[in-house]
Amino acid sequence: MANLKVNMSMEKNPMPEQDPEVRSHNFDEVALGYDAEVAMKEAQRCLDCKNAPCRSGCPVAVKIPRFLEKVRDGDFDAAYDIITSTNSLPAVCGRVCPQEKQCESKCVRGIKGESVGIGRLERFVADWHMAKGDKSAPSVPASNGHRVAVIGSGPAGLTCAGDLRKLGYDVTIYEAFHKSGGVLVYGIPQFRLPKEIVAAEIQNLEKMGVKIVNNAVIGKSLTVDELFEDGYEAVFIGSGAGLPQFLHIPGENLLGVYSANELLTRTNLMKAYRDDYDTPIKKFGRVAVVGAGNVAMDAARVSKRLGAEHVYIVYRRGADELPARKEEVEHAESEGIEFKLLNNPCAIHGDEDGHVTGIECIKQELGEPDEKGRRKPVPVKDSNWILDVDTVIIAIGTSPNPLIRSTTKNLETTKKGGIQADEGGRTSREGVFAGGDAVTGSATVILAMGAGKTAAKSIDEYIRNKK
Amino acid sequence: MYKVVTKRFLNDAKTICLFEIEAPLIARHAQAGQFVVFRLDEQGERVPVSVAGYDREKGTVTVMVQAAGKTTKMLHTVAQGDFIHDVVGPLGKATEMDGLKKVCVVGGGVGCAIAYPIAKEMHARGIDVTFIAGFRSADIVILKDELKAASDKLIIATDDGSYGEKGFTTVFLKNEIEANIKEGKPQFDRVVAIGPDIMMKFLADVTRPYNISTIISLDPIMVDGTGMCGCCRVIVDGETKFACVDGPDFDAHKVDFDSLIKRAAFYKDEQDEAAQHICRITGGKRNG
Repeated sequence: MANLKVNMSMEKNPMPEQDPEVRSHNFDEVALGYDAEVAMKEAQRCLDCKNAPCRSGCPVAVKIPRFLEKVRDGDFDAAYDIITSTNSLPAVCGRVCPQEKQCESKCVRGIKGESVGIGRLERFVADWHMAKGDKSAPSVPASNGHRVAVIGSGPAGLTCAGDLRKLGYDVTIYEAFHKSGGVLVYGIPQFRLPKEIVAAEIQNLEKMGVKIVNNAVIGKSLTVDELFEDGYEAVFIGSGAGLPQFLHIPGENLLGVYSANELLTRTNLMKAYRDDYDTPIKKFGRVAVVGAGNVAMDAARVSKRLGAEHVYIVYRRGADELPARKEEVEHAESEGIEFKLLNNPCAIHGDEDGHVTGIECIKQELGEPDEKGRRKPVPVKDSNWILDVDTVIIAIGTSPNPLIRSTTKNLETTKKGGIQADEGGRTSREGVFAGGDAVTGSATVILAMGAGKTAAKSIDEYIRNKK
Repeated sequence: MYKVVTKRFLNDAKTICLFEIEAPLIARHAQAGQFVVFRLDEQGERVPVSVAGYDREKGTVTVMVQAAGKTTKMLHTVAQGDFIHDVVGPLGKATEMDGLKKVCVVGGGVGCAIAYPIAKEMHARGIDVTFIAGFRSADIVILKDELKAASDKLIIATDDGSYGEKGFTTVFLKNEIEANIKEGKPQFDRVVAIGPDIMMKFLADVTRPYNISTIISLDPIMVDGTGMCGCCRVIVDGETKFACVDGPDFDAHKVDFDSLIKRAAFYKDEQDEAAQHICRITGGKRNG
């Protein structure tokens, strides 16, 4: 190993970004990425700890110190190979993983000062590879003749399909939408994850020989049973959590109340913000986004870019409890999104024509910690007030779509509607595996990828033992 | 890409057009009452349309579409042999008809195209079908022969009397119900009403006092059509339902029509404006 001097700077090299004033009016990517020089400098901050605690924080166990070492040496090709040996979507993960809760939370440099910018470096390596124009796909073995069907082309499905193909399986992905990528294309906005990057990752899989059938809604166009009849030996369900949750408060069906899914699908998948696309979108004035996860931040920032005068985040807990990635909260704040914390909506008000005029909130204070350790919001008596808005976007989470579980026999589900699966992704039905949000309810891209990876291993085991 | 194998206009005014589309995956499972979502090209919006027929052996699905907004107007310019970028389905639940003996199916305008496969399936199952078809005038009447073949009794009416009987479907439905009572015949055990929201609202008012179970098929604004966006929310018996997965059929006596009608008009301004912007040279054909 090259024994270079460690860069002892306490802070990460800053990420170059588009100016907030400018970017809040366009859909271009906010974070611009490191260049080679800064990346090498940042990689020098790694202490190369013997036990590599960062790796234990990564759901797909990227060999972090090894790839950082190669970045430090300027050998970006080698760094790319090391990352992609365990992570098939590095350009995506480098952008959307909650690194501060994962790899970077374990980084020894983070004890005193800031952790190494692992996510930023992962993104740099992936972007560098893409910019190089290397269009060759990873080499894969010839088909072993065993067919596996993957339902859903989101992060879980793409990872599972990629890993199985690398093991020699003949893999077909069934996707309900006209475009592949699942939440990566309909959910996460262009300014956070450019769709060209998702398209490139998917093309890569297709070059490896993974087949994708779009416009196929499993549970409607085809059932899981029919997939087996058609000759698939195993099925992986990675259909995500597409069902939007609502607050169930009065006024929720007024005109101007949207689920975050609707707003994001209209803008991200259907490109309603562009004049040359047909899908309509309303002009927003004053917008309240209810919820404070990543999806809520996305919805707020999309609203701003669509021309909203003012955008609020309404959240019933406090600043310490915000579930979104730290960077998303910071970006939202710098773009002028106003946070109305410790406020719980109790009704949406409208005019005679049924259009939203305001959202009524009850002020909250924080009480005892709940079972997850988060302090519970407690309503303050007689503290109701109305926030004047014309648009309300509900972003309080999503649950798994019932289409598959309601059309597949002997598939056990959890109380929350997720598919029951063990730690290996095995469901109650032989040959059927599941992972990602379809099992857990809405979570993160990387957890879904981890689940897809684990399931691929289980499927390989299952088919080999069956022979 | 999905090939249009047959295209023909269904009336003299050329307001409603039939498209038979190659879509084996949809044809395999489609049932009366379900719908598909189509998208014309890369820039197109996703538009739901009811399944008007299917041929499982040929692997085709048929839709009958009225030119109303930009996308449906552009669809009408797609020629036989051309392709539609995306068609997905079948979506929604099929119309329930188990155990029914005598049904009155009421269609209004293009609603007749949606009601037709339901009547046809019921008729094939031996259910006694009375079909009341209402149109504004003679030039937009569709499916005369098909409706006759799919029913035991057919009444075609126009608002101005230019074809068939003169008058509204509500009047004819009430007459049929009253006649069953007066003549001591069995009453309808179900009324299926499909047409403009306002027509369905008044038809529901007709059957309510007689306590006849009445089902309507809704087509609110949708984006994905699979339960993802919640745009098609409809209030039924005080509860919020998604028309795309819980419907499109609902109990007419429990639907909140006022909210339904308001929601349907939400994008009217945008739609009107978009419809003005169809290229007059290409007829809306994009991307070469």
